[in-house]
Amino acid sequence: MILVWMIVVLLAGGVVCWLVAQQDQLICRWIALISVVTAFSIPLVWFINNPPIKTPGNNWFIHYQANWIPAYGISFHLALDGLSFILLMLTFLLGTLAVLSSWNEVRERTGFYFFNLLWTLAGIAGVFVAMDMFLFYFFWEVMLVPMYFLIAIWGDFNRRYAAYKFFLFTQTGGLLMLLSILAMYFIHAQQNGGHYTFDYFALLNTNLRGSAARWIMMGFMIAFVIKLPMVPLHNWLPDAHSEAPTAGSLILAGLLLKTGAYGILRFVLPMFPQAAADISWLAMLLGVIGIVYGAMLAFAQTDLKRLIAYTSVSHMGFVLLGAFAFREIALQGVIMQLMTHGVSTGALFVMAGMLKERLHTRDINQMGGMWTAMPHMGAMAMLFVMASLGLPFLGNFIAEFLILLSTFTVSPVLTVIASVGLVLSALYSLRLMQKVFLGQTQTVNEIPADLSAREWVIVGALTLAIVILGLYPQPVINMVSGVVAGIAIR
Amino acid sequence: MQLETCNLKHFTMTHLQFLALLPFMILATAAIVVILLIAFRQSHTVIQVTGFVLMCGVVFAMWYVRDALPREVPPLLVVDGFAALFTGLIIFSVLVVGLLSYIYFEEREENPKEYYILLFLATLGSAVLTISRHFVSLFIGLELLSVSLYALIAYLRNRNNAVEAGMKYLVLAALSSAFLLFGMALIYMETGSMEFAAIGRVISSSGASVLFLMGIGLIVVAIGFKLALVPFHLWAADVYQGAPAPVTAFIATVSKIGVFAVFIRFAQAVHLQENHLAVTVFTIIAIACMIAGNVLALMQQNIKRLLAYSSIAHFGYLLVAFLSGNAGVGAAVFYLLAYSITLLSAFGIITLLSTQRRDADELSGYRGLFWRSPLTAAIFTVALLSLAGIPLTAGFPAKFFILTAGVQQHMWLLAVVLALSSVIGLYYYLRIISTLFAAPPLTPVKERTLHPFFYAATYTSLVVLMFLLGYLGVFPGFVVDTVAAFLKV
Repeated sequence: MILVWMIVVLLAGGVVCWLVAQQDQLICRWIALISVVTAFSIPLVWFINNPPIKTPGNNWFIHYQANWIPAYGISFHLALDGLSFILLMLTFLLGTLAVLSSWNEVRERTGFYFFNLLWTLAGIAGVFVAMDMFLFYFFWEVMLVPMYFLIAIWGDFNRRYAAYKFFLFTQTGGLLMLLSILAMYFIHAQQNGGHYTFDYFALLNTNLRGSAARWIMMGFMIAFVIKLPMVPLHNWLPDAHSEAPTAGSLILAGLLLKTGAYGILRFVLPMFPQAAADISWLAMLLGVIGIVYGAMLAFAQTDLKRLIAYTSVSHMGFVLLGAFAFREIALQGVIMQLMTHGVSTGALFVMAGMLKERLHTRDINQMGGMWTAMPHMGAMAMLFVMASLGLPFLGNFIAEFLILLSTFTVSPVLTVIASVGLVLSALYSLRLMQKVFLGQTQTVNEIPADLSAREWVIVGALTLAIVILGLYPQPVINMVSGVVAGIAIR
Repeated sequence: MQLETCNLKHFTMTHLQFLALLPFMILATAAIVVILLIAFRQSHTVIQVTGFVLMCGVVFAMWYVRDALPREVPPLLVVDGFAALFTGLIIFSVLVVGLLSYIYFEEREENPKEYYILLFLATLGSAVLTISRHFVSLFIGLELLSVSLYALIAYLRNRNNAVEAGMKYLVLAALSSAFLLFGMALIYMETGSMEFAAIGRVISSSGASVLFLMGIGLIVVAIGFKLALVPFHLWAADVYQGAPAPVTAFIATVSKIGVFAVFIRFAQAVHLQENHLAVTVFTIIAIACMIAGNVLALMQQNIKRLLAYSSIAHFGYLLVAFLSGNAGVGAAVFYLLAYSITLLSAFGIITLLSTQRRDADELSGYRGLFWRSPLTAAIFTVALLSLAGIPLTAGFPAKFFILTAGVQQHMWLLAVVLALSSVIGLYYYLRIISTLFAAPPLTPVKERTLHPFFYAATYTSLVVLMFLLGYLGVFPGFVVDTVAAFLKV
C-alpha cells in the first residue's frame, strides 16, 4: 500500500500545485517540494522500520495487488525489490533536487510547471514498481506527456523540435513494446489453458522458443534501447537534453534513461534469456560503439548541455555492455553505473543550468576563467567532472571498473576498446573544465555570483551521494544481489 | 412467391414487438413534434428544450423496454442488445450535438428551427440502421440519413463552402446509393432473399459465387463512402470543412456509428470475415486508411480538415477490430464510444470558439489558447491526447482493446501498421497541442455575452465529457463489462 501512497502523493501534489499557483507561486513551490520529500520519505521510513530479511529465492519486499480491468486480466500490481528500491531512491533524490533547481528558474506558469514535474516523477516511480505489464506500459506512457510539456513550454529556443523528436522516438518504441506485451499475453494464455493475465510473474513463466521469442524480445528491446539510448537510436537525446529546462535535463539524464536500463534488467534478460544471449554480441558491440562514439562527439561539442548529453550516450554504452555480459559482477557494475551516472551527470546538468542562469549562454566558447569569479562552483564542477571521467574514490569508477573487470572474461577485445573510451572521457572532461572554468577570462559585463545557499544544498547532496557511492558501494551491491543472481548465468 | 407469403404471415405485430420499437417511435415523433412547434411559432429555445427532453425520452424508453429484448420484428427489424448499444451511442451523440447546435445557430444568419427536423430525421435514419436485418430497412435508414444530411451540410446556404460541400455530398451519396442498390440486386438475384440471415444461410450452404462477391463489392463501395474509407474518402475533408461545426460533429459520430453498426451486423450474418477475398480487400483498405489518413493530416492547417483525415485513420483502426470478427465487436463498441466522446468535445470547442462570420477552423487561431482560456484548451488537449491514444484518456484503452483483438487473430501486419501509423498521427496532434500552449498573440479577446445559460450548459457538458474521457481512460472495466453484457442479449 505504501507504494500506492507514494505515487498518489506525487499526483495529488501536482494537482494542488496547479490550483494554488494562481494565488501564490511561493506556496506552490513549497507544496511541490513537500510532496516530493514526502514521497521520498515513504519508502525510506518503511525501509528503516522494516529492514527486509533476505530469504533465498524471494527478492520481493512488498506486493500490492488490486483488480483493475478483470475482463482482460489486468490488475493494479505494484511490487518492490532491491533494484526497484534503489532506483526509487535515485528518483526521489533527483526529484527533490529538480524541484529545488527550478525554484528561481521558472517564473512563468509556475503551477503548470510543477504539475508536469511531479507527474513525470510519478510516472517514473510507477515504472519502477509496476509488476503488471499493462500497468507498466501505462506508467511508461504517463511519464512522457508531462515531460513533453516540460520541454515544449519551458525549453530553450529550439524546444518544439526537440519535444516532438523526444515524444515520437519514445512513442514508436513504446508501441512496439505494447505489441510484444500483447503477443506474450496471448501465448501465455494459450499455454495455460486460457488463463488471460498481464501479470509479470505469470508471464515470466511463459515458454517462448525460437523466432517467437526473438521477435517479441525485439519489441521490448527497441523500446528500451531508444530510451537508454543506444547508438544509432540516440538521435533524440542531444536535442531533448539541451533544449529542456535544467530540471528537465536533470530528470531526463538522471531518470528517464534509467527506465530503459531498468526495462532491460527487469524484462528482457529474465523473460528471454536464450534470445537475449543470442544477440548479446550485437548488443555489446553497439554498447562499445556507443562508448567511443559518444565520447568523440562530446569532445567536439561547443554547446555545454549538448556536450554533457553526449557523455550520457557514452556512459550508457557501459550499461549495455555490462548488461549483456550476463555476469554477476558486470550486472552489479551496471546497477552502480545507473546510480552514479544519474548523480554525476545530473550534477553536471545542474551546473550547466546555474551557468546559463548567470551567463545566459550555453556556448563554451563564450565562457572561460570562471574559476576566479566563482571558485566554489569551479571546485564542485571539478569534482563532478572527475567523477564523470572515472576517478577512483568517486562512484563512476567503481561502476565502470566492475563492468570492465567482468566483461573481460567474456570478450577481451570489446573490453579493451571500451577502456579506450575512458581515455576519451578524460579528454572531453578536461576540455570542459579548461574551456569553462580555466583559461582566459572572457569579457563579462558583471561578475557572476558564486553558489547561493539553495544551490549549495543541491550540489552538496549530489556530492555526498557520489562520494558515498565511491567509497562504500557495498549496500547497493547487497541490495541488488538477489536480482543480479537471478539474471546472471549460473 | 414463398417470400411474399412468409412476410404476410408475420405482418401482425405483437405487443412486445411494438414495445421493443418504442424508442424508435419516440425518435420519429420528435421530428413531427418539432414541425408542430414550428407551426405554432415557438422559439428556438422551446424547440431545443423539447428536443432535449424527447431524446432523453428515447433513452428512458430504451431502459424501460430492456426486458423485451431481444425481439425480432420480421422481416425488417431486430431490436437486440447490439442495437440498443449502438442506438444509445447515437442518442448520446445527438444530445451533445443538439446542445452545441443551440449556441451555434442562435448566432447565425439562418433561421435555426427547421434544422432540428432534419437533425432528428437523420438520427432516426441512423438508429434504423442499427436495427436493420433486411436490405429494405438498410436502404430506408441510409437514405433517411443521407437526404437529411444533404440539407444539413448546406444549411448555411449563403456560404460558399457550405453549398460546395452539400453539392459534393449530394452527388457522391446519390452515386453510392446507386451502387448499393445494384449490389443488393445482385445478391438478391443470387440468393433469392434480402434478409441478412437468409442470405447467410444460402451462402454457407452453397458457397459464395462470383455474382455474390460482386454484389458484396458494390455494397462495400457504398458503405466505404459513408464511412469515408480510403479510397472513397475524397469528400470527407471538404464536407467536414464546409458543414457547420455541429453538423460536422454529427457526420463524424452519429452517421458513421449507424453505418458501422449495420455493416457489422451484415458482415456477421454472411460471415464476411471468413471469406479470404473479403478479408484481403478489407486488410488493404484498413492499411490504406491508417496510412493515408494519418499522412494527409500531417500538414493540415485547418482543424476541421485535419479531423476529417484523422477520422479516416480512426476508421482504419476500427476495421482492424471489424476484421477480428466476433471478438472485435466489444472492442469496436468501446472504441466508438471513446471516439465519439472525443470528437464531440473537439467539435464542441470549435463551436464555442467560432465567430459569427466563420468557424474557428484555422490552426493559427488557437495559438496560446491555454493562457487565454485554460479550461477550453484543457478540454481540447485531453480530446487530442485521447485521439492519439495516450494513457489517462479513453483513447488509450480503446486502442489497446483493438490491438488486443487484432493480435488475438494473429493479424500482425495490421497491428504493426496500426502502431506505426499512430506514431505519425501523434505528430499532428502534438502540433495542435503545442500551438495551444505556445505564447499567445497580443490581440484582444472577443467578449461573448450571448445566452449565458446555454454557454454555461455547453461548458458544463464539455467538462463532463472531459471527465468521462479521463474516467474511461483509467477505469474502463465497468464499461467493458456492460458492453459485453449487452452484446450477449
